[in-house]
Amino acid sequence: MMDCRYDRPAMARRFNTPLWSGLVLVFIAIFSYLFLFVRWPMTRDVPWTAFVLFVVALALMVIGFRRTERKVFASIVMTIGIGVMAFFTFGMLVISKLLPASQGSPAAGAKAPDFTLPDTNHHNVTLSQLVAMPGSNGVLLIFYRGYW
Amino acid sequence: MTPVAISVDTPEESRDLSTKAGYTFPILSDRNTDVIRKYDLLHKGGGMQGRDISRPAEFLVDRSGTVRWRNLTEDIRVRATPEKMLEQARTLRFQAPN
Repeated sequence: MMDCRYDRPAMARRFNTPLWSGLVLVFIAIFSYLFLFVRWPMTRDVPWTAFVLFVVALALMVIGFRRTERKVFASIVMTIGIGVMAFFTFGMLVISKLLPASQGSPAAGAKAPDFTLPDTNHHNVTLSQLVAMPGSNGVLLIFYRGYW
Repeated sequence: MTPVAISVDTPEESRDLSTKAGYTFPILSDRNTDVIRKYDLLHKGGGMQGRDISRPAEFLVDRSGTVRWRNLTEDIRVRATPEKMLEQARTLRFQAPN
């Protein structure tokens, strides 16, 4: 008797494992990209690891949605998951390509504009001196975004 | 061939990076983006808190100061890999970095 009374509502509110693991997987996909896969060009240039995990996460959430009777609640969870995935995908495919045009940068064959800048010890370094240094065979200039 | 890195970071910030990563090549500090502008690489408001920074770019410059190879990316996450740059340097007969 007692078992029946307590079991039924407990059954109805059973933890929706696929739905929640789907949502958690969305965040795992994003954080694993930002902190792990971003280190290698193969997994950084196109965040396919995140996209693969997104597909699995979406499938899990759909399974969770179909299984539950609390459709409104499940659809809220799904909306959050899909929203976060859309935001990340937008950042990767659109925001990260928002670079201003660079028509004036010296192309192959052009003279590299000379400059003098301080190094990490505040010693001035001049490009024309660097390239002409004895034993030098040219310079690879790498401009990067900074702060890491 | 000597690699030379340039960013808007302070010499101190670059020194931290250099020490942590064990880099031995020069890292130059272009605080006022003067050189970044000279190379037309300014990414206005592209940094944290809307700071002006450099867009990623790589140039091979020979002994006469002439650009022999240039790589401009269309995506801040996509840059020339070290392998790609070394291959370019070899093709253009630059000596490998020491």
